[in-house]
Order: sequence, then C-alpha cells, then structure tokens
Amino acid sequence: MSLLEIDELEVGFDTEAGLVRAVDGVSLSVERGRTLGLVGESGCGKSVTAASVLRLVPVPPGRYLGGAIRFDSADILTMPRDELPEIRGRDIAMVFQDPMTALNPVFTIGRQLREVLALRFGLAHGAARERSAAMLGAIGIPDPMTRLDQYPHELSGGMKQRVMIAMALLCRPRLLIADEPTTALDVTVQAQILHLIRELQRESETSVLFITHDMGVIAEMCDTVAVMYAGRVVERGSVVDVFERPRHPYTHGLLASLPRPGRARKSALATIEGTVPSLLAPPRGCRFAARCTHHRQLDPGSAQRCLDVDPRLPPDGDHPVACHFPLTASTIDRETA
Amino acid sequence: MNAGIAAPLLVADDVCKHYPVRGGVWGRSIGAIRAVDGVSLAVESQRTLGLVGESGCGKSTLGRTLMRLETPTHGTVTFDGRDLARAHGDELQRLRREIQMVFQDPYSSLNPRMTVGEIVREPLVVHRIGSRAEQQERVRALLETVGLDATTIDRYPSEFSGGQRQRIGVARALALGPRLVIADEPVSALDVSVRGQVLNLMLRLQRELGLAFIFISHDLSVVEHMCDTVAVMYLGRIVEEAPVERLFARPAHPYTRALLAAIPSLDPRRRTGAVPLEGEVPSPIDVPRGCPFAPRCAWVIAACRESVPALEAVETSTHRAACIRRVEVAAEPLSVSGAPRRVTGASS
Repeated sequence: MSLLEIDELEVGFDTEAGLVRAVDGVSLSVERGRTLGLVGESGCGKSVTAASVLRLVPVPPGRYLGGAIRFDSADILTMPRDELPEIRGRDIAMVFQDPMTALNPVFTIGRQLREVLALRFGLAHGAARERSAAMLGAIGIPDPMTRLDQYPHELSGGMKQRVMIAMALLCRPRLLIADEPTTALDVTVQAQILHLIRELQRESETSVLFITHDMGVIAEMCDTVAVMYAGRVVERGSVVDVFERPRHPYTHGLLASLPRPGRARKSALATIEGTVPSLLAPPRGCRFAARCTHHRQLDPGSAQRCLDVDPRLPPDGDHPVACHFPLTASTIDRETA
Repeated sequence: MNAGIAAPLLVADDVCKHYPVRGGVWGRSIGAIRAVDGVSLAVESQRTLGLVGESGCGKSTLGRTLMRLETPTHGTVTFDGRDLARAHGDELQRLRREIQMVFQDPYSSLNPRMTVGEIVREPLVVHRIGSRAEQQERVRALLETVGLDATTIDRYPSEFSGGQRQRIGVARALALGPRLVIADEPVSALDVSVRGQVLNLMLRLQRELGLAFIFISHDLSVVEHMCDTVAVMYLGRIVEEAPVERLFARPAHPYTRALLAAIPSLDPRRRTGAVPLEGEVPSPIDVPRGCPFAPRCAWVIAACRESVPALEAVETSTHRAACIRRVEVAAEPLSVSGAPRRVTGASS
C-alpha cells in the first residue's frame, strides 16, 4: 500500500465573492521511498493540496469540503486535532518556499534544531547539539558548531533553506513535503539542495512529495509526476512517460513553451494563450478547453463535447489523463507540422 | 545592417559602482561594497546582450548604472558617442529617452492607483512630449504594439494578469522611443505558460523597432534563446563574455561551466545529478585575494591566489574569459557535472 493516499480531495476558501474551490477532486498517491512531483502554475491548487496533507490549511477561510487523506492508513482529515502534532514533524516534515519566514528570528539556529530533537527523540541538550552539528555538516554547511550559535538573519538565503531542510530531515520523517524549496534560490544552490534531498532519500528511504512549477526540477528529481490545472490533476504518470509522451494538451503546451538547447535561437516560443478560468465559477466542461489548441482542431461535435462534459481523471492506469481526446504521437506531429 | 562595422550603441569602460560601508562612532567610511568592479562591455545596435550571474553578483546594479539610475564611482559609459556617466541637465534628459528599463516584478513596478493609460503616458508627460491628445493617441498605439486592446486604457493594473502587466511595463518602456531597453529579469516572476508570450513580444519588438536589449537574467536557458552575446558576472566583475553559441559550447571560465551544469536537464533520462559547485559566494565587502572564484573552483592552482586574472581572449577576440587556465578549461569537453574530469593542482 502507498505511504500517502489522497482521494478525491476538495478544499475551498470562502471569499467575499463566494466559495473558491482551490482543490477540486484531487487523487494522488506517494509510494514508499519514491518521489512524486506535483507541477502546475500559480493558483492551480498544488500548494493547498500539499498543505492539506499536514492539515495546515487555515480554517476559516479554508474548508475541507470532501475526500480523504490517508497516511499509512491514518485518516488525516478526521483525526482529532491533538493527534496532529504526533504526525507533523515526526512522520511528515515540510520544507517551505520561503525560509525567511519559516525560521524563528529570535532564537539561534542551534536552539531551533535542538527543540525538534528534544520533541522528537527526547534528546538532551548536549546530544541534540552534536546531532544538529553533524546534520549541518552533512548538508554542506561549513563550520557547523559556529552556525549553531548564529541567528537566522546571519545566514544567507541558501544557508537558511539548508537549515530548514536539516530541521526537516533531523526528524527522519517518512514523508518529506517540499513546497517549491528551491524557487527563491540561485541555480548552483538549487543543485546543492536537490542533491541533498536525493542523498538523504537514498539513505533513509524517505518518500518525497515535491511541489514546483519548474519542469526541469521535476525531470531531475521525480519518479512520477502529476500535472495540475485549475484545481484538478489533468495528467499523471511516470516522469519519462509524461515528458516524452504528454497526453494532455496542457502538459504538452507547458513542455513546448520551454526554451531548450537545440531549439532555434530567437525563434518564437510556443505559448499557451488565454488565462486560467476563475475557480469561483469554473466552466462546465473541460477547464482547459478555452486555451486548448488541440480543441480548436476537432470537428464541431467533438469540440462541443469538450465544452459540455467535464473530463475526469480515470482513477487507475499507468498514465491516466483528464481529456476526451488525448494527444498521441501522431496528433502532436500533425499539430506542430 | 552590419553590426560589425558600425560603432556599438553603448560602451561601458571600466565601470565601478562602490557603496561605502560606514561604521564607528563618526559613521566614517570603513570600506566599500564593490557591487560593480571594473566592468567593460559593448552593446551593438539591434542586438541583445545577456547579463547572467547569481543573486548579488552586481548584474542589476550594473544595469541601473548603465542607464544612470546610479552614478558610476569610476569609469565611463558612452551612448551613441555621448558621455552618459557625466551628462547632466538637458543632455541627461535627452539621453534618458534613449535607454529605458523593464522591471522584474510586474506587480510592484506599476502604480496600482494609476490607470494603464496614465502609466504608459507618464514618460511622455515627464519629458513634455506632444499635446495631451497626441499623448493619448501614442498610448493607444503603444498598447496595441504590445498586444493589449486599446480599450483597456482606463483600467487599473489589478485587473490584469501577470503577463498582461508585464506588457504594460513594456509599453511604458517604449513610450519615449528608446533605442536600448534594459530588461531586468523580465519573465522571472511570470508563470511558465506566459513567459513565452512576453519573450516572443520582446523578439518581435526587436525585429520591428530595431531595439537593442540588455537582458539581465539568472535563467540560462532563457538567455540562450534570447541573446546574441552573453556576459557572465561573478562578484561585480565580468568573468566571461562570448557570442551565445560559443559560450554554451565552449565555456572557458570554471564558473560558467558550473552555472551551465546546474541547469536541470529537461530530459528525465539524462539527469545531471552531480553538485556543480560547493560553498557560497564570498561577501563583496571581503573579497578574497587573487581570483575571487578561486575558493570554490575545481580548477584552482597556486597562481590563482596571487592576482586577479584579467579578461583575456580565448582562441578568438570575441570570446574573453578571466581565468589563467581559460584555454585548458575551454578545451575540456562539457561533462554533465561541469567539474574537470580530473581535479588537477587542487590546493588548500
């Protein structure tokens, strides 16, 4: 059985304009020791999905509207509130995009790391300090003993992000949720952090849920990938299948829009015209239809079906797609010709 | 149009921008942050120069200094033969029309209390160009040039998506008819699917209006697509400069190699995997002696710590690198990790 299973999750936010269904029927699973990438653009619901796994969505204005999240068979959404701290940090740790706000500015790095170890393993001061220093060393922070006595503002952004990761990994979590952990960082620091996550995963069989908008990071890190659009998963599969044979026109559009070596310089890049629909009143049929180039090439009857019938992601299969007319190798060739 | 014969549009010669660090009881200057430290470069008319490097390398400060938003501490900037670094009064006003800027964040760089029309018209008002009616007409034409409907003229920035806002920023930059546009990370804040739209717009404007661009970015794959030449910055200096194809094929500075190796591969079957670079960028207040990159460099030898290497030619005059081992480095085939296959002469 999978370590984490998200089943038809629905999360909404009450706003003045009405209920926004940020996550609208998302199903995913993360296998033991594997990495699932969750990719999509701002507002697609990927971060809300991730936060829901730790029940971190603020209620109100947020509301869990339906579905279930099972972690090692415990039901997160119905669990009594006082049992959550048991899971948070110990079984599931999370690394956020912005390390500046996730560390407490008034305590030293050492104290914050010690606190985690005291709570998790009941370690005494000296032992906790030693273990913290060893972890900082392991993630490539020079002179860890000195760093322990420093405050967050004394460290660079990349350094703080590494401290956050150290904190998450000290707990030896069974699941690490990384929400855009490298987005604010430079490419060389990003490479260091990705390497670190991979190393620790290899050593301790940690499962990882990796949230990003960066297709390169997905290709680099993940075993499987789920592509989200407007609160839904539109395609899911092994990273090789999704990158080499995208079946959803949105996935294909995202991959085609990236500049990459070998593409003619200064030539027009493929784009996805239009904007994401409002989640206050999403379209009845396919949420991507209005922007879909593939849709425009269908015969009128088929095109109407996209507008009328909501394509849902089939629950099973190796490479399911939420599209009435998924792309095949020949349709892609025809359209790019 | 032969760029090889015409004089470059903009030439920077040994430009420095230092910020004093004050300390002590009297707030005396006790040192300097060398944000830009001896940069020389040239931008050809109708071409794009990419300026790449990591946070804090000085690329944004350089961009701001080149358009005189900052006054250089040392060095000269000439635009079309006129001295920009020391221009003042009317002369500076006239030069400022020729160079405009597009900023990174389309959310904070547009005044939320002004309508789109007011935002795009403002440069015309400041420079007193045309009557009010002529300005309105120009604004409409500009909005259409950047692919926005002229009927949006009375709407506010909050009514637009990120990509549309960046188009507004581009329209504002074009209002005075500049010949050079400095774009500081113009697509970094945008979603992947709209990045392409803004980049395509810039490419079209270059073709149609004959604009030159300085494209500041940390994203090397975007730079590779957009630029003709690339300058790589590290700690306030240019460490390598070359035509784009050459820089990506035969990087001659170990830092450039590390940057290239750090780009995640888009092919899941060919992951880069390795860590290209250890350590951190040193503080620009306390730059190490010798080559500033030496403490992190896999190619370092004892001589690197003795003096700062100058930017010198690598095989051809258009390719220059500030590394004493540049010829060896360029000859090394690009491995996935970017580090040399064998680490030679690694010292303490």
